[in-house]
Amino acid sequence: MGDMNEFSMSVRLFLKAYRWRKIVPVPWTPLKKPLTECRFALLSSAGFVLPGHEQFDESIRGGDASFREIPSEVDVSKLIDTHRSESFDHTGLHGDPNLAFPIERVKELADFGRIGSVNHRHLSFMGSITAPARLIKETAPPAASRLVEDGVDVALLVPV
Amino acid sequence: MCNQAVSLVAAELERQGISTVTIQLLREAAERVRPPRALFVPFKHGYPLDTPSDPDRQHAVIEAALRLLEDLELQPPALVDYEFGSPPSR
Repeated sequence: MGDMNEFSMSVRLFLKAYRWRKIVPVPWTPLKKPLTECRFALLSSAGFVLPGHEQFDESIRGGDASFREIPSEVDVSKLIDTHRSESFDHTGLHGDPNLAFPIERVKELADFGRIGSVNHRHLSFMGSITAPARLIKETAPPAASRLVEDGVDVALLVPV
Repeated sequence: MCNQAVSLVAAELERQGISTVTIQLLREAAERVRPPRALFVPFKHGYPLDTPSDPDRQHAVIEAALRLLEDLELQPPALVDYEFGSPPSR
């Protein structure tokens, strides 16, 4: 069960006092057409990178809000979990990156005809961001714009 | 923090016209941050799609998420609990 009790006392105390960033107003884009006609993209906050990618910078105070592109044709065994948090068990991600970046599952959905198509690129963030102002103002908008440029209709976002 | 990060990016995607569904693992974060359209899953952190190397169980979670996108009666912020036994999408 994903709840506070999984965490150490110090992490629980931090989260208890943490001022979560409330989304106001909550934006809403209803599905405009059947999923069978939609282009699909993934976003994971597991901090996945590929060989050759610049690493996420653990030294940035408040967290690294940058993102990496993951191509649809990626070999999932090449994805490297670089999430800096020690508050969760990384074993599952190491054994099967689809657990937080389900690109093989999404391709199967396209093959089954459940969704229209899979976008050629997807996004990887480092989720351990305690000070999200830069994410909100500087990196999320261009990240979203890339998917808009690609004609993406639907995105599935997966934290760890 | 992961739950908040994906929620904030989901909000930006929705602002720019992309429909989103966000997996959430920590109810406290989901309720306070308020991602537009979210599926709360009862799995431990690090396991957002249930079981590694089990495509059927992963598909079941994704299918439940897709159904939120298709539910035109949902209103934002929509936070729905995952129910075990959702049929996989194939």
